[in-house]
Amino acid sequence: MKKLVMIGNGMAGVRTIEEILKLVPEKFEITIFGEEPHPNYNRIKLSNILQGDTSFDEIIINPLDWYRENNIQLYTGESVVKIDAKAKRVISDQGREVEYDELIIATGSKSFILPIAGADKQGVTGFRDIHDCEMMIKSSKEYKKAVVIGGGLLGLEAARGLLNLGMKVDVVHLMPVLMERQLDHIAASMLKAELEAQGMNFLMEKETVEILGDERVTGLRFKDGFEVEADLIVMAIGIKSNTEVAKNSGIYVNRGIVVNDFMETSVPHIYAVGECAEHREIVYGLVAPLYEQGKVLANRISGFEAEPYKGSVTGTQLKVAGVDLFSAGEIFEDGTTKSIMAYNEYDGNYKRILTRDNRIVGIVLYGDTKDSTKLFRMLTKQEDISGMTSVSILQSECSASGTSSDDIASMPNDELVCGCNGVTKGAIVEAIKTQGLTTLDQVSHCTNAGRSCGRCKPLVSSILAHTLGDQFDVYAAQKTSICGCTTLSREELVEEIKAKGLTSVKEVMNVLGWNNEEGCTKCRPAINYYLGMIHMDEYKDDRDSRLVNEKMHANIQKDGTYSVVPRMYGGVTTPQDLIKIAKVAEKYNVPLVKLTGGQRIGLFGIKKEDLPNIWEELNMPSGYAYGKTLRTVKTCVGAQFCRYGTQDSMALGIELEKKFERLDTPNKVKMGVSACPRNCSEAGIKDIGFVGIDGGWEIYVGGNGGVDLRAGDLFCTVKSQEEVMEMTGAYLQYYRETANYLERTSKWLERLGLEHIQGVMANEETRKALNERMDKTLKKYIEPWDEAIHSEEIQEKYYTKHTIKVGE
Amino acid sequence: MLQTITRIPVANYSNLKARAGYSIKIDDKEIALFKTTNGIVYALENRSPHPKGGVLSEGLVSGDYVFCPVYDWKISLKDGLVQAPDTGYVKTFNIEIEKDIIFVVL
Repeated sequence: MKKLVMIGNGMAGVRTIEEILKLVPEKFEITIFGEEPHPNYNRIKLSNILQGDTSFDEIIINPLDWYRENNIQLYTGESVVKIDAKAKRVISDQGREVEYDELIIATGSKSFILPIAGADKQGVTGFRDIHDCEMMIKSSKEYKKAVVIGGGLLGLEAARGLLNLGMKVDVVHLMPVLMERQLDHIAASMLKAELEAQGMNFLMEKETVEILGDERVTGLRFKDGFEVEADLIVMAIGIKSNTEVAKNSGIYVNRGIVVNDFMETSVPHIYAVGECAEHREIVYGLVAPLYEQGKVLANRISGFEAEPYKGSVTGTQLKVAGVDLFSAGEIFEDGTTKSIMAYNEYDGNYKRILTRDNRIVGIVLYGDTKDSTKLFRMLTKQEDISGMTSVSILQSECSASGTSSDDIASMPNDELVCGCNGVTKGAIVEAIKTQGLTTLDQVSHCTNAGRSCGRCKPLVSSILAHTLGDQFDVYAAQKTSICGCTTLSREELVEEIKAKGLTSVKEVMNVLGWNNEEGCTKCRPAINYYLGMIHMDEYKDDRDSRLVNEKMHANIQKDGTYSVVPRMYGGVTTPQDLIKIAKVAEKYNVPLVKLTGGQRIGLFGIKKEDLPNIWEELNMPSGYAYGKTLRTVKTCVGAQFCRYGTQDSMALGIELEKKFERLDTPNKVKMGVSACPRNCSEAGIKDIGFVGIDGGWEIYVGGNGGVDLRAGDLFCTVKSQEEVMEMTGAYLQYYRETANYLERTSKWLERLGLEHIQGVMANEETRKALNERMDKTLKKYIEPWDEAIHSEEIQEKYYTKHTIKVGE
Repeated sequence: MLQTITRIPVANYSNLKARAGYSIKIDDKEIALFKTTNGIVYALENRSPHPKGGVLSEGLVSGDYVFCPVYDWKISLKDGLVQAPDTGYVKTFNIEIEKDIIFVVL
């Protein structure tokens, strides 16, 4: 394998690696150096973090697992200080030396910090990475007054975030208008008025010459002698490509690292991509062109013929503090241009189209940006507009979608609709036609269009309307269906099953007009679940509508082998069971024997054809470690042995596990039982957790220790073990009947509300009815491993591998 | 160049259940055999084209498609093409059926 090293771990670089892995998954041994101590995250969303809309975890694009799964050696918190192009190796600041065959420089950029006195004081920051964000959030807790230097996009977003954090904010700008590279005077003054109304204070045409203060900033002084107070200064004047390592290593650098149309630098086998690269004298800072560069570079490095990168015309869709803006091309008139303008001060809308020789060369839209896609297309395609009236150019049609049918009809098939994911009109139309799609949601699922920034959704919707013609239903198109095979939502599906008395997956799909005759991996398991929930013990499970793990009653591993986890009620075992497990592990050369997170023993790496024999020799029930069902009930030792235990946690755990095992639920359910509030079984992060107290049990619900980390809410306190069983049965059944398939209890509880569920459970009659339906459902289950051992048909269909030797 | 065409008998048609996948090892080749609801039998290489691989035989069969069990890619049984938004291709093998015996043509 060849060695590929990348310096930098940001959006453009990692996107390039993703593209390379798609093209040639096995070709390179990849090493990435990242200066920041994090995996790759979405820098565009930093302003959302600052504004408190999202958390850092939510903006991570490639979690550490991604690097591991793709065998990428990642060094975080480590930067490369030297490239030895002769020996083809890089040297890090920690002295690490790594050799390469191909090297990508994707070092990005940093905030440009004004070279003025005092710029190194405490409380001065850029706005570029998560560290800057955290510093600003922390400052807002101790200090009151912030000054943002720079009235461009980044500066205004930082200012809006600081207002949200409760600070008083001045914005200092060198120019007389805000965002002068994107907006003309009228749009800029409308924006300024809006932001002033939101509480920002502007200091225009001010040049900062000194930052005041001792150790920490106290204010700043302008060229005209004017001074303002400040506890925090954010510099958002622009970016500067990170080029030091390239420059020091003899690579040609201008403003950025200079690359040709294939992203190659002046030194062979060294490439640059992203904000550190300068292509045809332009350094791009927006994500779409950087992703385009990444694609070109990936093709080049992978050895495929690639179209050269010819530069990008960028249109900027911005949302600043709730105001929609769009800007593309030229902004200012120069004597050869003619403008078409529409200015509606009353509604706060403004449009200006700049034309030259009957072609659009610039667009500024403020407020209403519906037409941006159409106009931007006319700009990039250099369409002749001489036949159009200015009104038809400016006016958005009154349809729900904003783009008329004529526009769609005249749009060529190879035209890009979703720039983020590279989806063309042709691909969308084809997906709609061949897969019978009718909603926006379905189109997004099938093509990826509209799944990143969402800006193309109106256009996708227009294409959908145009392609479907009379069959297009505006309202249906907006709704969230359970999958691309139907327009029905979960509620409608359950209603229809009940109303029409449907009893099999096939019947549901036939009667309710599924557009894929046999459904997909999203709807088939869901329908199977809903049917079982509705018809209780009268429904015959459709095993082939379950996904691999539930179908096989074992967890598939990444190499196609399986794991076996036998039941160990309440985490309590016996010497006999341990001996059986040990013997099986030895006899079948099981590669891994491991204690699972749910207090039992897992055997990993088992061949599918060995499963029935292993189950037979174990002679233990399935632990359902693979199912959307009750997994385990984790228990502490409790009153039987522990000197702190107030209740018999093991006995309750075993009773719960024996009663509810095998039950189908919308998603997996985990329980924990602790005998005292020390809570050794971690019952507070289980779907249902039980904590013994003097004279009873506390029941906690909606806890989650996984992806959606959430502490459980105290649901109620009961006196006896019988009451625990009664409440748990009713609660679980209510979850089964009202949750969406695949919805964990934590999300379900937040959707319905704790108080609502408490209200339902307060009624004894309701609980009784729920428990009756639960008990009727539980009657249908049989032990699946035992069933498999005794059925040749099941073994033949699911667990046989036929081996044929040719020529024998 | 001479090409040898080998026909390998792999299963009895009447033994195969609809919407099921079967894994068959011929020497060191692994083949997944699928029978659809319409009774058509297809043979594909038993390996998902996803960069991380995995088997296909345990996937969910819907019409003339199978969904890769580990990464949920939708793959056409007819020509082995991965359906959008993913891309890729699985090698397919021709099938011949004579008197209830299914032959895979290698």
